[in-house]
Formats: sequence, structure tokens, C-alpha cells
Amino acid sequence: MGRFALSAEPFEIAPLREQLLDARAGAYAGFEGWVRNVNDGRAVDALTYEAYAALAEAEGERILAEARERFAIVDAACVHRTGRLALGELAVWVGVSAGHRDAAFSACRWIIDEVKARVPIWKHEHYSSGDAGWLHPDEGSPRA
Amino acid sequence: MTVTVLYFASLREAAGCASEVVATPGTLVQLYEQLQARHGFTLAREKLRVAVDGAFADWQREVRDGAEIAFIPPVSGG
Repeated sequence: MGRFALSAEPFEIAPLREQLLDARAGAYAGFEGWVRNVNDGRAVDALTYEAYAALAEAEGERILAEARERFAIVDAACVHRTGRLALGELAVWVGVSAGHRDAAFSACRWIIDEVKARVPIWKHEHYSSGDAGWLHPDEGSPRA
Repeated sequence: MTVTVLYFASLREAAGCASEVVATPGTLVQLYEQLQARHGFTLAREKLRVAVDGAFADWQREVRDGAEIAFIPPVSGG
């Protein structure tokens, strides 16, 4: 089974974390991204994530493989939600096991940054004012 | 030749469909320009990536008959 997954339903972190347990690991770092009630000054009620599933899974796996090359870690995994999420729901989880905490923290931070920049997933925000919109951050040329 | 084009997020909304089969000559650049004119896409091509048959591809690539092509708007996961 791959280490990157999309989930159309809410998921539990404990079994995912358990898959990272390893006798070589002295450290684990996890990141949870939650649905927040405001973005860019606008009140948000809910959001919907849409993904290009085949490419998102392939790119997610590539990021995790790159992380294992770049950092002295034992293992890494990531799950990202799709579909409609309410405020406070878990949108994305990253977990990293490593011999020591430095690599665990660094790799975890790097993975969530790369996922946000590279994986074809889009956020549709539902605003309290009744309208909604897709977020397409304008940050110059796309990241290769 | 004909290709299947997949749309996501704001491109899907602007196109009014998640996918369509289109006849096209030439390169991926020309294909996007053709569809931009048809659907009124406001996203500039320079802001997009493109994927062919499930893998990121170069914009200058020639279009192959029967390919599945996806235009990737700036992503916003996480």
C-alpha cells in the first residue's frame, strides 16, 4: 500500500501513526491541518476539496519518496481529505518517524509545504456571506 | 485527432463539465488556447500546469490522438 492517500471520508490518525512505528525510530512528528473559520479576512462556513485523484496520488507518493531521500527519516505518510468539510475537521495529516527529532520535524514541515505547492487538490470555500469560490493562489509560475 | 480533456475546480465550473472530447491539432499550448476561447477561461496558461495520461507534461508537447489531457489550475490543498 502507498504511503499517500486521499480520503473521501473522515479518517482516524491512530492507525496511520501505528504504521510508522519502527524499532529504529526515536522520534515521531505529526502535522494536522484543520478547517479554519476565516481566510483572507472572509468568514468561512465550510469547504470542499476536489482532487485529480490519479495524479494527486502519484505526486503525493513522489513527495514522500523525495522526503525519504532528503532527510534522515525512517518513514513518512500523508492523507488528504476530499469532499465537503465542516469547520474544525481534519483536512490533512502528515506523519514522519525518524531516528532523531530534528529530521522528523524538518521532513514533516517540508512534506506539508510540498503537498500544498504541488499536489493537484483544490479548495472551494463556502463563505458566511452565501457565496463561494475556488482558491487558485497567484504565486507566479507553477512549481514543477 | 480527438483527445479527452479533464477540467477541475474553476476550469470545470467555467467549462460547465468535468470532461469533454475535443478535436484538436498541434500542441498542448494550442489546445488550451482553443478551449480558452471556447469557454472563456480567465486563467492565463502561464499559471497552469498540464498533464497527459496522468503525468505532468511539457506544454510544447504534440498532442497524441486519444490522449487524456488535464489542465491543472494553481493548487490549494492543505
